[in-house]
Amino acid sequence: MNVLSYLIPISLILGGIGLLFFIFTVRSNQYDDPEGDAQRILSGEWDDHPKP
Amino acid sequence: MTAAMRPNASACPACDAVPAAEALAEQATQKDARLALSLPTIHCAACISAVERRLSAQPGVKTARVNLTLKRATIEAEADVTAADLVGALESIGYEAHELDAGTLSATENDKAGRDLLMRLAVAGFASMNVMLLSVSVWSGAEAATRDMFHWISAAIALPTIVFSGKPFYVHAWSALKNKRLNMDVPIVLAIVLAVVTSLWETMLSGEHAYFDAALTLVFFLLAGRYLDYRTRAVARSAAEELAALEVPRAVRVVDGVEETIQVSELVLGDLVLVRPGGRMPVDGEIIEGQSELDRSLLTGETVPVFAEPGLGVSAGEVNLTGPLVIRATAVGEETSLHRMADLVAIAESGRSRYTSLADSAAKLYAPGVHILSALAFAGWFLYTFDMRTALNIAAAVLIITCPCALGLAVPAVTTAASGRLFRKGMLIKHSTALERLAQVDTVVFDKTGTLTAGTPELTNLADFSQRDLEVALALSMGSSHPLSQALSKAAHEAGIRPAKLSEIEEVPGFGTQGKLDGELVRLGRAAWVGAQTLAQTSAFLSIGGRNRAFTFTDTLRDGAEASVRALLDDGQDVLLISGDSAGAVEALANRLGIVKWIAEALPEDKAAKVSDLAADGRHVLMVGDGLNDTAALAAAHVSISPATALDAARVASDIVLLGSDLSPIADALATARAATKRIRENFRIATVYNIIAVPLAVAGLATPLIAALAMSTSSITVSLNALRLR
Repeated sequence: MNVLSYLIPISLILGGIGLLFFIFTVRSNQYDDPEGDAQRILSGEWDDHPKP
Repeated sequence: MTAAMRPNASACPACDAVPAAEALAEQATQKDARLALSLPTIHCAACISAVERRLSAQPGVKTARVNLTLKRATIEAEADVTAADLVGALESIGYEAHELDAGTLSATENDKAGRDLLMRLAVAGFASMNVMLLSVSVWSGAEAATRDMFHWISAAIALPTIVFSGKPFYVHAWSALKNKRLNMDVPIVLAIVLAVVTSLWETMLSGEHAYFDAALTLVFFLLAGRYLDYRTRAVARSAAEELAALEVPRAVRVVDGVEETIQVSELVLGDLVLVRPGGRMPVDGEIIEGQSELDRSLLTGETVPVFAEPGLGVSAGEVNLTGPLVIRATAVGEETSLHRMADLVAIAESGRSRYTSLADSAAKLYAPGVHILSALAFAGWFLYTFDMRTALNIAAAVLIITCPCALGLAVPAVTTAASGRLFRKGMLIKHSTALERLAQVDTVVFDKTGTLTAGTPELTNLADFSQRDLEVALALSMGSSHPLSQALSKAAHEAGIRPAKLSEIEEVPGFGTQGKLDGELVRLGRAAWVGAQTLAQTSAFLSIGGRNRAFTFTDTLRDGAEASVRALLDDGQDVLLISGDSAGAVEALANRLGIVKWIAEALPEDKAAKVSDLAADGRHVLMVGDGLNDTAALAAAHVSISPATALDAARVASDIVLLGSDLSPIADALATARAATKRIRENFRIATVYNIIAVPLAVAGLATPLIAALAMSTSSITVSLNALRLR
């Protein structure tokens, strides 16, 4: 059962990373325009100098 | 600019100070303008890049970003760029664009409440998944030290999550208790707190059952319900705000003969305001210059335009038809008649707040029942075993199993599905209980002008005129933008008439149009001007060769008006027509639509009083209206609908806004609302059945955390699936 002492922290950390990533996407307005983002990916235009 | 202002270490303070000061000065003078445009026709990737490229090419524009979901473009530009330039630029490449008032929209900009709820939901979801995994191993037989360790890890995850994610429930429950009421959140909070406390206690004593997973799943499901509810409301709110933002409140002020465009809010008493033909009066005032005709239909329901000349008082909201008018403001902002109507609305609205939603009435029955049951279980087991731990455990199990997980989802899941379905048909549900109230409707009251009719006139007696007269009339009417002239031109064009050759055609604002036919004066206009008798119905007179002939008009019916009235009558609804217009016009329309009960020449107070009378008779009235004269009645009715073309005040007062110009979704909405309410009741029944099965187990002390988790999840999923059947 010693394996649990590795596996449980690992699973919690992986889940936590997922959660933090989701919170990041919410905070950076990535759900404001889902339709637009879906269409923009089809656009052939590149922005070589995106805003930082 | 910010780069220049950042202090950097150097030996020359002045070198730093000068650019920094310049940057500051620059910032002060060049305040960037933020503009918003509504783009109703964009739909594809190519549209996005075309619009953004065109806007960025416009001088002064810094950034332009299209939001396809909202069909809106946000532009950062220098202060001198106006929305009109951008609209023109977009129209030149074939995209329809309308200016939106950025001030009105800013409220939706940062959707803080929604984001907050989503964050809490995400944390609750993460925690409940993890704790559930740990619980699964406990259920499948983890023992002794392993079980204790799993319980402690669960506790470590659950406690902070419950404090963070459960906050909305604590706040609502506390506000209800402060007012000495019980709502759904009180049993929820009690169950969560009791579950966590007993589970902690059990864990400390290395007991077998801990309910951390149940408490977290409960929070997760209930937050999901809250979030659905919030989303539905937010979509409706943002669409309603966009409608309001389309009316940019600007006025043209005349100072010493110079015109300047300013915000309506900046107008003060005594200002001179220029109102161009087609424009709406921004304030109450008195005409001091110019002649024209006024369309007062939005305020009074009258369809016949009123002659306007210096000295006449005008109210905010009236539309100027033919000639430019200069008015002196006699009441601005809060004092205009538009705003005074708000008082009437407030009085009428106080009657409506008495409605208790289905969820609240369910909570009223449910909350005390659950608490009594759980207290009885506790007392019974305590007397039977004299063991505090067992008794508390069982009380917690009862509370968790009966906890309104499914009840919390029952209403939001259904309203989300139903609102989504109605939204696709062009109806915006603004109020959270509007659907439930709509389902109870048995009487429908319509306003006439602007609601059943489209507000555009239609010629009725084309056939009475000779070819020659029509040619002359067409030549005269083509030179005018008056609604009656335009209707006449349209009808004549459709009949294949060509305009006669007239000379010296000129429009006399407020009266009509005149011209010369072979040196002889011909006129088309008001009765008094051509020297004829005034008729009761909307009419324009043609004076030719010393004879006067009248063109008569009726209002065109709004699309779907006939179908919707017939559908409502077939449905067994009592349909009434109440209008501020003259008896003749109202009767004609009522006969055309098959409405038996009609009331004409009703003042705004009469409308509200009639609606209140009907309500006093126990009727549930649906009011459909658009004008200022309808607002009080809209607020007094059990539920109300207004078209998107209605005045802002009317849209605010009503529960549902019709987005298209078609009226036919109304009958459909009633059916959907009824189906939704039926579904909600069904969901309550499903949740109750689950409780009836699980509660005896809990009271008997047989409920394990596994049974609690199963009962909770299956009932929540069943309820959500049942709601989805409505789509």
